[in-house]
Amino acid sequence: MTQRPGFVLDVDRSTPPTLFWHGEGWKLEKLPVGSRVIYAPEPKSPIKDPSRAIYEALENPIGDSKPLKDLMFSDMKLTIAFDDISLPLPPMQAPDIRQRVIETVLEIAAEVGVEDVVLIAALALHRRMTEPELRHALGNRVFDAFNPHGLLLQHDAEDLDGLEYIGKTEKGEDVEISKRAATSDLIVYVNINLVAMDGGHKSVATGLASYKSLKHHHNVATMLASKSFMDQHKSELHSSNWRMGRLLKKEGIKIFQIETTLNNNTFPSQFRFLEKREWEWDLRDRATYLSSKKALDNLPSNLKRSIFNSINSPHKMTSIQAGEVEEVHKITTENVYAQQMVSIEGQSDIVSFGLPYISPYNVNSVLNPILVACLGLGYFFNLYRGKPLVREGGVVILSHPTPYEFNPVHHPSYIDFFEDVLSVSTDPLYIQENFEESFATDPWYRHLYRTGNAYHGVHPFYMWYWCAHALEHVGKVIIVGGDVRAVKRLGFQRASTFRDALEMAQDTVGSNPSLTHFHIPPLAIADVS
Amino acid sequence: MIRTNLAGKSILVTGATGFLGTALVERLLRAVPDCTVTVLVRPGQKQSAAERTRREIVKNDCFSILRQSLGNEFDQVIGERLKTVAGDVSQDSLGLSPEDTVELSRCDTVIHSAASVSFDALLDQAVEVNLLGPKRVVEAIESVAHLRKDLGLNPTHLISVSTAYVSGGHRGEAKEVLPHEAPYALDLDWKKEVASARRIRSDFEAQSRTKNYMERFEKDAIRAIGAAGRPLIASKAESLRQDFIKKSMIEAGFARAKMLGWPDAYAYTKSLGERALIESRGSTPLTILRPSIIESSLREPFSGWIRGFRMAEPVIISYGRGLLKEFPGVPEGTVDVIPVDLVVAALIAVAARGPIENGPDVIQVASGVRNPLKYRQLVDLVREWFLEHPLYDSKGQPIEVPEWSFPGRGRVQGQLQRTTKLLSTAERAVSSLPLRGKQASFVAQLEDKKTLAERALSYVELYGAYTETEAKFRIDNLLKLKETLEENDSDFVIDPKEIVWKSYIHDTHLPSIVKHSRVKDAPSKKSAKTRSDRTLSQVLNPTRQLAVFDLEHTLISSNVVEAYAWLATRHLDTKERIRESLKLIANSASLLKQDRKDRSDFLRSFYRRYEGAPIDQLQKDSLEMLHHLLLNRSYPEGIARVRKHRALGHKTLLITGALDFIVEPLKPLFDDVICASMEVDSKGLLTGELLSLPPTGEARALLMEDYTKRHSLDLEETVAYADSASDLAMLERAAFQVAVNPEAKLAAIARRRGWHVEHWHKTKGAASRVLPLGPLAYPVTTSPLKGASKSLGVASLSFSKQIMKALGDRK
Repeated sequence: MTQRPGFVLDVDRSTPPTLFWHGEGWKLEKLPVGSRVIYAPEPKSPIKDPSRAIYEALENPIGDSKPLKDLMFSDMKLTIAFDDISLPLPPMQAPDIRQRVIETVLEIAAEVGVEDVVLIAALALHRRMTEPELRHALGNRVFDAFNPHGLLLQHDAEDLDGLEYIGKTEKGEDVEISKRAATSDLIVYVNINLVAMDGGHKSVATGLASYKSLKHHHNVATMLASKSFMDQHKSELHSSNWRMGRLLKKEGIKIFQIETTLNNNTFPSQFRFLEKREWEWDLRDRATYLSSKKALDNLPSNLKRSIFNSINSPHKMTSIQAGEVEEVHKITTENVYAQQMVSIEGQSDIVSFGLPYISPYNVNSVLNPILVACLGLGYFFNLYRGKPLVREGGVVILSHPTPYEFNPVHHPSYIDFFEDVLSVSTDPLYIQENFEESFATDPWYRHLYRTGNAYHGVHPFYMWYWCAHALEHVGKVIIVGGDVRAVKRLGFQRASTFRDALEMAQDTVGSNPSLTHFHIPPLAIADVS
Repeated sequence: MIRTNLAGKSILVTGATGFLGTALVERLLRAVPDCTVTVLVRPGQKQSAAERTRREIVKNDCFSILRQSLGNEFDQVIGERLKTVAGDVSQDSLGLSPEDTVELSRCDTVIHSAASVSFDALLDQAVEVNLLGPKRVVEAIESVAHLRKDLGLNPTHLISVSTAYVSGGHRGEAKEVLPHEAPYALDLDWKKEVASARRIRSDFEAQSRTKNYMERFEKDAIRAIGAAGRPLIASKAESLRQDFIKKSMIEAGFARAKMLGWPDAYAYTKSLGERALIESRGSTPLTILRPSIIESSLREPFSGWIRGFRMAEPVIISYGRGLLKEFPGVPEGTVDVIPVDLVVAALIAVAARGPIENGPDVIQVASGVRNPLKYRQLVDLVREWFLEHPLYDSKGQPIEVPEWSFPGRGRVQGQLQRTTKLLSTAERAVSSLPLRGKQASFVAQLEDKKTLAERALSYVELYGAYTETEAKFRIDNLLKLKETLEENDSDFVIDPKEIVWKSYIHDTHLPSIVKHSRVKDAPSKKSAKTRSDRTLSQVLNPTRQLAVFDLEHTLISSNVVEAYAWLATRHLDTKERIRESLKLIANSASLLKQDRKDRSDFLRSFYRRYEGAPIDQLQKDSLEMLHHLLLNRSYPEGIARVRKHRALGHKTLLITGALDFIVEPLKPLFDDVICASMEVDSKGLLTGELLSLPPTGEARALLMEDYTKRHSLDLEETVAYADSASDLAMLERAAFQVAVNPEAKLAAIARRRGWHVEHWHKTKGAASRVLPLGPLAYPVTTSPLKGASKSLGVASLSFSKQIMKALGDRK
């Protein structure tokens, strides 16, 4: 069976209401006649025998690289780094791809007789993973084989003794990564490429780097020069990472990159209506929509959250490629585009997104207001190639309850950022200049990042910088159904209903505006011409 | 007549720091240019008599007119004409030094206006000042009379200020006659009254030291401040004992006065004071001046001048605030009010006139006969005025004043007594509940209500008699005195006829007392908010040096029991976990009770549970607990506050009864931590015994003080944060206090003392857990690695072989 490609629907009188995610729930909105709705291509067929595909990919590397087995020798120092909890979303049903790939890598290493093997979760400045999360990603076998001996590490960007300074790129960017990785004979990086931004040199140069190194591309100027950061050829974020990756290579650090792509079959079959085009819903889809909506509307938010956090995604591997970083990533990107790209002609005055309960930074946690902004204006806004879906000075409408809630374990510095920084200014550049340093070097945040499960003190700043391109580009941001105080603090406007939001948007874009709705899930990327 | 007669004269005034005294001194200095004034002032605890004169007399706004007219010469003139001698009318020979006693002999006139005017004075104190005071003054004058005689001077004329109410509560006319000449005069021996008043104090003193009473004080102290530690409870109990004596002495004075027919102890002691004075006066010429209720000035020094609130003012303000719904009184009865400047004028006129032959004489200064103000008229005037000039509530809305129906005193009193009793019962019941934060402030409100009801009751009890007096105070002698005045004395108004009640009350008295009482007379509603802002900015002032924090319920809504439950269940299987949790739940009531009784005993006995636990495992688990339990239960605003203090350069200190290994992961938040620590035996197991006294109650105050000394910090620049009255000692020792989500007792204390209160919340996004259970440790998977995974060193296989074997499983 072939899968239908992406589709842009022109809304007419007969179009049924369109599905919007709304945090831990959803709703249907009737869109004005003449609006457009973007639907992603349907899920690609997965690889039938993933184990064999993995083995073959490691045997037949891409680009200037020997097969993995030939890169190994028995008294070598081997480091296997892997993507952390931020990928994929939602976490995939067991077994996780990382488990499959790492087991294969370990098998090969064991055959060669490699004794010195360490696993590192490539956290960058993300929170440390919990034991259940690690077990889920790696499987119990790998976890129990490594963790008790202290051979399963989580990257610590604040461990001064555990970092190695590599040098400066031609543009003067400091490169500093994990000492264990830098001093290994080989780094095997195990990646999951959910969106076009992931992977490539970003895997090691970001995932295993320190704040000193990261701040060269995680800043406002880089974000404003990345249009978009989902399109690596027009992304300064990627250019910087590529320079860093090339420096690593030049300094003799060997990386064997293993990248995988997933299909966009994001939710289990009981939620299949989420991914179907509304006019194709059958009776069962309608019934599950109605019953689930009714049930969710009446549940307390804590309970809803734990229901959604327990969902594991059925997405399956569609490709695996291994070998030299840049060549591997080229193919990976093509595969991501093949699953996600939708062509669309022209920008519109308004773009709307329904935001789900999850983002890369709140797995098993609450989507706090800063993450709401980042998901809408950082991630979804940037899901374009060519030009943004919304015209310059246009309006972004987000739908999310935006609760004034924070997880004190995962996001302690977010709370202070929200209370003490956003209350002063929402201008990313001003914030970067006046507040970043103190949060980044704060000893309490450092303590929580290093010993607990907290994001680094500077992380909320990055979330805000992620929005910088959108904030500069658009004229107004409206959140439908958001908490009044939280939305105000973010510097946005709040509307009670989608209709009100459209009315409010007309103050900015004039009457009879054009509207494009980005139907998520599943994820897509718009190729705007 | 006045200015000529008093020219070159020297006048001594007692009670010059009082309402009447200040007005008198000012008027003499301003309106009688050629006299000198000596004031007899009791030295304060920290201030000398001269300092008190400067601060409490000369600096009073009473002197503003004089200050203005003299300009730069003010200080010089005051320095030349106003002398201060240190003395005390409650001591024999007035406590004067020999030189000052000689000084006394130089005075031509002594005006004795010192009195204990409070209507609820302690019996013995009122006796010392009001009864014996005039006698001591006259005796002191007598003792130096020969010096004047030797110099050929007239004897010193004593004018003693008494009160019109010495005539007691009888109806009908009260003439200006000496006490023993009055109709219905009781045959009383003042000496016996003095002796019995002194004895009553020692009786109560003895009673308060009996076992039953002392146990009651201790119990009440514990109820009031909870487990705040021995020393604080002891000092609270002692202060309750003294309160008991005080209250008993007030009641005794009241009872004795009432029995003998006076409205209160003031009138009773004043009346006996007159008798003692007359008996002891020897050959000293004497005039007794009896004003009625003295209120704000009619014209001099400026209209509406008043100092201190005593009689009608609190009642009127309470009425204006809508708090006094009813007040007893006879509507057609007379409220005998007299403006202070009329009394001052009468005093000066008497001084100028000098003693009469065949003295002593009595002059009453009262308005009731010549220009009566009826009680109904007064109430109507007050009501009219407040309807036009309402006070405002905290939200900025005008307060509507109630209409009084003039019920009998008994009814109002009964009503208020019932209300007070009901409120205290409710307060006691609610305050024993474990409430915190906003709920606790409800208890504090209840307490406020009770205080208001109690105050209303006390007004009714104290002043009710004055609105019911049907005595008419004759002022024939006052009018005779008026006749001695000449044309150039016209600025000395002594005739009450001159008062126009409506304008006096509407334009003079009410505006003045509303201004003085600092109630809200404009509809702005900022005050509540700015108050909290002000206290917060004091707390966060950069000059502060140390911020001390309690942990449980101040920064984290958790406690030692939860921490124990979490750690204890961390390594148990499901069945055991449930059993362990149920055991704790079953015990929780008795644990709570023990904790309330004595925190330190509780901790010691509770911590025994840790006996035999391996310290290294606990240290590891505690780190996890910080992230699982404590941070989820934390108040982010509290944690932000600690960091804020650090950012401001203050040192931050955590003082907690929790164990060191539990607190360890929190250490980076603070500069220092003081906590409990437990002995570890040679095998690395906890012994269950604490190494030192757990830092609780008063120990915290001492630890905090020690800490400031060790680090050379100023205790006066210390802020303390706590949630319960058990930290009272620490809070009191600090200079700035913050009550965080206070439980009922602390909420009430914080409210009374104006401490900063914070209501901090857990963030809503925190994971919620019903029971504080540690997450289950994972069972190690049943792979061939099982044995080897325990210790790599013991395994015979190489690591890569183990991997091979482990992975072999999956095929």
